[in-house]
Amino acid sequence: MRILKQIYDWLELRLQLEGPVKDAALHSVPRNTASWWYVFGSAAFTLLILQIVTGILLAIVYVPSAGQAWSSLEVLNHQLELGWFLRAVHGWGSNFMVAVVLVHMAQVFLFGSYKYPREFTWILGVFLLLMTLGMAFSGQVLRFDQDAYWGLGIGASITSRIPFVGGSLVHLLLGGPIIAGATLSRFFALHVFVIPGSLLLFAALHVWMVLKLGINEWPMPGRAVRRSTYLLDYKKLTHEDGVPFVPAALWKDAIFSAAVLAAVVVCAVVFGPFGPSGQPDPTIIHTVPKPDFFFLWMYAALAYLPPAMETPFILIVPVLGIAILVGLPFYAAEGEKSWHRRPVAVIVLCTVAISWGVLTHLATFTPWSPHMDAWSSDPVPAEYLHKATPLVRQGAVIFQAKQCRNCHALGGLGGERGPTLDSIASRMTEDQMIRQVIQGGGNMPAYGKNLSPAEVTALVSFLKTLHPENEIPAADASQKEAQNSEAVPPKGLKR
Amino acid sequence: MSSEIDTQQEQTAIEAKLEVSRRWLLLSLGVAFNGIMGAILAVPVARYLLSPVKRDEAYKSWIPLGSADSFPVGQTRIANFVNPFRRSWDGETAGVACYVRRIAVDQFQVFAVNCAHLGCPVRWFPQSQLFMCPCHGGAYYADGSRASGPPERGLFSYDYKISNGQLEIDAGQMPTLSNTAKLVTIDNAKGNSPCAS
Repeated sequence: MRILKQIYDWLELRLQLEGPVKDAALHSVPRNTASWWYVFGSAAFTLLILQIVTGILLAIVYVPSAGQAWSSLEVLNHQLELGWFLRAVHGWGSNFMVAVVLVHMAQVFLFGSYKYPREFTWILGVFLLLMTLGMAFSGQVLRFDQDAYWGLGIGASITSRIPFVGGSLVHLLLGGPIIAGATLSRFFALHVFVIPGSLLLFAALHVWMVLKLGINEWPMPGRAVRRSTYLLDYKKLTHEDGVPFVPAALWKDAIFSAAVLAAVVVCAVVFGPFGPSGQPDPTIIHTVPKPDFFFLWMYAALAYLPPAMETPFILIVPVLGIAILVGLPFYAAEGEKSWHRRPVAVIVLCTVAISWGVLTHLATFTPWSPHMDAWSSDPVPAEYLHKATPLVRQGAVIFQAKQCRNCHALGGLGGERGPTLDSIASRMTEDQMIRQVIQGGGNMPAYGKNLSPAEVTALVSFLKTLHPENEIPAADASQKEAQNSEAVPPKGLKR
Repeated sequence: MSSEIDTQQEQTAIEAKLEVSRRWLLLSLGVAFNGIMGAILAVPVARYLLSPVKRDEAYKSWIPLGSADSFPVGQTRIANFVNPFRRSWDGETAGVACYVRRIAVDQFQVFAVNCAHLGCPVRWFPQSQLFMCPCHGGAYYADGSRASGPPERGLFSYDYKISNGQLEIDAGQMPTLSNTAKLVTIDNAKGNSPCAS
């Protein structure tokens, strides 16, 4: 023990860190901030450290070359001892980091922490979020598989929509005319040097300001922030009802961080590493590319936007969103912090969270995409063809063979791009069906050129049988009238 | 006597000031020198970083897709080629796929596989004569014109020519909305819905 003390003293004489560390550890924080609500920031930092450590460990094996990246990941997954586990921890660590950063952001927004004098802490936080997302995207690129390849294609297509400089920016993004070796190398540099470097610097400044300005006090309704009085009030609060940060608050941070690490490890062991999926071979076009979890909401939004709105939306909304986040502390630097007195903030947060959840959920089953193999894998339910005439059966065959099934479900199976057709005959008359098949419209391609009149007749006669047994099929009232009057043709008309 | 001391003090004060301002001058000189060096270094760095930015023509060239006879009239087939602009470490990513539609003996259409929406690979379904995209549900008719979904336009097509019985296309970069990937002319869009304007 004495030797240890001697070593410590020797180092302390030279480093002189004891003073600042003690100051930081023992600084007084408001008693009610030693709460389980205040643990997300430190957990995000812990995850950042985990990502750096596992990232370095992966980098000693990973080959950032377009020709070999994929096979080096296969070696990590299958041949190198516990390589799969490190990949899994890094992958799950990334997901947890984005999640914890988002929760942290929602919490500080709800607690009004961005108000005076912590505006810049919030602004750095916005950039930390953007960099975390940048790490998640570039990390997905380094997992150089089909999803990464086509994800880059989506990135390039979005970039190309920027007016005037879009084409040049695509070349810059890809490092050349196509997605290839140069693209992977530059994303490797971004993921390993550029973004983590700035992320660490920003995170250090972020924590520095938390120490210097003090942690945001628990918001109380009626205790509004005023620039003229806040600093004094806060000082008084920490003096009168303060506790030292260590150990009063830190033990909760420590336990939560460890719990998050445990969750990452459990997910890594149970679910394993992410991919890589198929080889990044652009000539294999039978692939259904999909982004990672935290980009699914964008994937869904891009499917639902009307074509004409898409480019303006892609170009304006992200800029506007970041501007709103950065501008928020300037717009609302003073005033109430408590969510009891900030209904608009609560509604905004709920709206954003619910929209995000709904879009992400939709993107897990992509109802907007045709099911590419439904026509050959999902048969027409047998009960739909009981007592069917040969013409109806022929129609069912055409229904499958012309890939109608890729977009239309029958009996719960098939694509969801178009409406389910189990009861189409109660919604559309024969004439309407013929028109829809031949001319398309309402997001359906026109099949007029691809179906002979006989095929249309067979197809529609099959569709006409699709209605619940106790419901009569839709019919055109005027047509019935016309048929009835056929027996007595109007005067002057020869039949 | 006292006035002498005063003048002496003044003198030293002035000297101290002078000394400081000399140091400041040297520091400003040092900063300026670094600034100039930074500016000089910034030029090659910027040019190095911007080197991939080129005119579209610089990346494009005529690439053979194989004998024209290997594409039957009336059919649409996939063809692969190696991008002319490539590096030795590109691996399989140097490959590119495209769709060749032979309309008549001397009439072709060559489409990029990339969806005009966000670049995903579209698949050809000969039975329904449609290209369908797996990402966001874009669909195109056999002639490449837009059928439905989020794309704003038809498939990107390459210029082609026949030389010595070989089908050649003018390609070399990923087609996007910003480069010179040719717009499919709507006049040929025979499969287009008469309702679509």
